[in-house]
Amino acid sequence: MLIHESPTHKFFIEQTIKIGEKTIEKSQRFSKFLIEIASIIIFLTVIVREIFSGKFEFREFFRQCYQIGYKTLPLISVTGTAMGLVLTIQSRPTLIDFGAVTMLPGMVAISIIREMGPVITGLICAGKIGSGIGAELGSMKVTEQIDAMEVSSANPIRYLVVTRVLASTLMIPILTLYADALGILGSWAASNIKGDVSFVLFFSQAFSDVEFSDFIPAVIKTFLFGAVIGLVGCYKGFHAGKGTESVGVAATSSVVTASLLVIIVDMIAVQITDMLIL
Amino acid sequence: MIKDKVSNKADSFTNELSSKNAVIEIRNLKKSFGSQEVLKNVSFDLFAGENLVMLGKSGTGKSVIIKCIVRLLQADSGLIRIFGKDVNTLHRVELIYIREKIGFLFQSGALYDSMTVKQNLEFPLRRLTQRFTEKEIEDKVYDVLDHLGLSNTLNKMPSQLSGGMRKRISLARTIIVNPLIMLYDEPTTGLDPVTSSEISNLINDVKLKYNTSSIIITHDIKCASITGDRIIMLDDGKVYKEGTKAEMEAEEDPMIRSFYD
Repeated sequence: MLIHESPTHKFFIEQTIKIGEKTIEKSQRFSKFLIEIASIIIFLTVIVREIFSGKFEFREFFRQCYQIGYKTLPLISVTGTAMGLVLTIQSRPTLIDFGAVTMLPGMVAISIIREMGPVITGLICAGKIGSGIGAELGSMKVTEQIDAMEVSSANPIRYLVVTRVLASTLMIPILTLYADALGILGSWAASNIKGDVSFVLFFSQAFSDVEFSDFIPAVIKTFLFGAVIGLVGCYKGFHAGKGTESVGVAATSSVVTASLLVIIVDMIAVQITDMLIL
Repeated sequence: MIKDKVSNKADSFTNELSSKNAVIEIRNLKKSFGSQEVLKNVSFDLFAGENLVMLGKSGTGKSVIIKCIVRLLQADSGLIRIFGKDVNTLHRVELIYIREKIGFLFQSGALYDSMTVKQNLEFPLRRLTQRFTEKEIEDKVYDVLDHLGLSNTLNKMPSQLSGGMRKRISLARTIIVNPLIMLYDEPTTGLDPVTSSEISNLINDVKLKYNTSSIIITHDIKCASITGDRIIMLDDGKVYKEGTKAEMEAEEDPMIRSFYD
């Protein structure tokens, strides 16, 4: 038997081919990922250029502020209140065990303002606003409405994308502050389920522990969450494929990507805040 | 500054238009999507004041041609001249001016779902380089809706309209800016025979009233017969046959007969 006909040799060749194929597949995926990142950056530069181009679609911007801000209020009201209620109900028994129940208002306020409020609002908005923008622009793309805008000399990036990204960037911090306020209110309500704390006492205890250094970085990162959610929704919708199926794909991938980016941006923001404070 | 540039361009284009007969000249146009070569070598002219019908099976690249004309798609090679200007090399400002002179009726109508009929019609008017007052915009909207017999749809959403009405509103949105060239992408697709005839007659009305030159892409031979002054048959990404309506109707070629019979 010749060496190249031996089972070991064949097995070695087969495995080498498999490894080669897998490597090519992985590198193709990675290059696709890099291309997508590059096209998102190009998309972002086009948006920035259009923001400073001088002409601004105010009417559409205010309509988007209404759609993104006002229409998300009910959802944010429920989640904000539930966030404070649950956090208080879960942590109160432990704090009682340690004799630290008086620290409850401050602890809840700091955790809601610094982390829970922004992240939960960011994730809820990634779901609602990200999918909404992705699906709306995706369906506009599929039904040639974006092409119709382009040929009627309107600038679709300026009209559709800039307005949505800016509205999302502006509205999400406001929604977060609203969610924070309702969360603390929910916490006060939960404290009164099993105890008796006056509204004034609860709030004065809560805010005596909160400093500007808790508040400012949290607000700044919500602007980034808003920008990311708007950008991803617009990018996915604007680059949807043909056919109705791609509308669903655009909406789903908007939610997944925006949620993931909210968490990544949060991690980076926390690290930067820690470094700056220390 | 951009406005001045555009109005200078406007004057030069209008002068050129009056001195030339072919409003669109296409030479050796090629376009591929990946490995699929859709347009192989297309050449034809659209003359001032004519309705040119483009016939052909699905996938022969008819829609691709008109999308290349307005540069929604960039041609791989070849020449597209509109009013004597090469579209492929135009700067964005010049392209905006050219696009303002072209009306594009999309196959799906492409009405903006989130806007009422009135807002749909106002949209292109508010974005033209030539500025209109609110009164002028309102007058234009009412005029065009009256002309098409759709005044009662003013505050309706596109989802509340029938297929034929959507097509007519789309046509209204296209002609409201007084284009010199009209591009119709399958204007009668998905409509019943009566509404199809209405749309075909409307295409002729638009030509007479607004003095437009048009390219009409269709599979509907009745629409081609009503609207066409000249007919081009496309096959396999090339111009297969070209002639007047009468010449094409008299053709014995099996491919052409398959459309007529």
